[in-house]
Amino acid sequence: MSALAPLPTRRDEAWRYSDLDAAARTWPIDEPDRFVVAPGEQRAISLLQDAGPAETVIRDHRIEIGAGGTLSVHLLDVGGALGRVTFDVTLAEGAHFELKAALIGGGEQTIELVTTVTHAEPNATSAQTVRAIAAGKATTSYLGQIRVARGAQKTDAAQSFKAMLLDRTATANAKPELEIFADDVKCAHGASVGELDKAALFYMASRGLDPARARALMLQAFIAGLFDDMADEGERDRFDAIALAKLEALG
Amino acid sequence: MLVISDLRSEVDGKAILKGLSLTLNAGEVHAIMGPNGAGKSTLAYTLGGRPNYEPTGGSVDFLGQDLLEMAPHERAAAGLFLGFQYPVEIPGISNVQFLREALNSQRKARGEEPLSAADFLRLAREKAGLLGMDMDMLKRPVNVGFSGGEKKRAEMVQMGILDPKLAILDETDSGLDIDALKTVGAGINSIMRAPDKAVLLITHYQRLLDYVQPDFVHILADGRIVKSGGPELALALEREGYAEVIAA
Repeated sequence: MSALAPLPTRRDEAWRYSDLDAAARTWPIDEPDRFVVAPGEQRAISLLQDAGPAETVIRDHRIEIGAGGTLSVHLLDVGGALGRVTFDVTLAEGAHFELKAALIGGGEQTIELVTTVTHAEPNATSAQTVRAIAAGKATTSYLGQIRVARGAQKTDAAQSFKAMLLDRTATANAKPELEIFADDVKCAHGASVGELDKAALFYMASRGLDPARARALMLQAFIAGLFDDMADEGERDRFDAIALAKLEALG
Repeated sequence: MLVISDLRSEVDGKAILKGLSLTLNAGEVHAIMGPNGAGKSTLAYTLGGRPNYEPTGGSVDFLGQDLLEMAPHERAAAGLFLGFQYPVEIPGISNVQFLREALNSQRKARGEEPLSAADFLRLAREKAGLLGMDMDMLKRPVNVGFSGGEKKRAEMVQMGILDPKLAILDETDSGLDIDALKTVGAGINSIMRAPDKAVLLITHYQRLLDYVQPDFVHILADGRIVKSGGPELALALEREGYAEVIAA
């Protein structure tokens, strides 16, 4: 998306659930962050988006992973009136892309993650695990597109999206999309939207936990493990702490 | 300790308890028996404060407080423990974390200092040992993957750790084989048989009463206590069936 790109509309698939008013406030947006993982290289990045409640954040990433390279991304997306993070990833032969993301929104926030993962060559693998929690009138969305190019045999692409709605007024959108032009591939995707288990909440209360604490514990369990494999322990603790603070602030 | 007067409650608009009265004093063990559909579990849930189990009349006094006015977690902090017929599985939260949080929430509500991690583990180990439960199981998520019997043992470990004044145990004997029944019975006696504590055992069968001997036995039918007596009443039920004993 160049700086001259026109403001998107609802007709743009990748923006259909977005907060276009918030996007307009910051338009035009910056060029995407581009980076390349060299063949055989192993890289990990962690992204935290915890902007203030009035801000609009749109962060686009254009990523190329060379043959046999690996990129592991951890994302915690909790900030902004609109907090939108996108990844456009292209995988060369035998490359691997892994994404673990938590999207947490309250109030009137729109928190969204848009991914396009292109398996351009054979034997590449990708795995995306996304957990979303929406309270109040917030919207959390995951739009995940997987493209398997002609000849990209032995592709293995997996997506798992689970959303939790804490209020009847909250929204979760999931839009998996597969575009497959090879015949020997494995593409698995699962999406579910649920509410906190009321029986479990009563069980916890019957043992003495107050409702806010019981809810925070259950939500913590819902996103538990997403950040466990972050190599930098300090960073991992920071992610867990920010996620927990956000969960407790959902009130 | 617990004075239930003319308690009425409904579930999803349907009247289940229809004027139930019962008094438990400290140091006593009471058993409530009754046929299916009599309102046994509804009594337990109404006393525990479960949403959708609406009290519609009568009163419940627990240690001088109006129990029905309290939120479920406040009832726990005041010393009430509800043993579930079907303990709930909570993926992602370990027993140890859950129980330490629960105990410390109760202590905070009572104005007591929280227990340190080390002190808590010592307590948990002791109570798990009492019920013949491996500490490794306490490190696993709450009730996840536990067999029916293990869940009931885990309930009793929870009770031991939380150390309530009054335990209401809803069909704690269901799903237990004879060995487990002995262990659980011994656990209940060791945790709750004390001059300042009381137990309300809700059960369908006599068999748990062989191990935890009640001082009083009550028969619940159609939302009311229809007969009360001593342990001999449970034996008569076992021998003759509910219909006979209620009619007698």
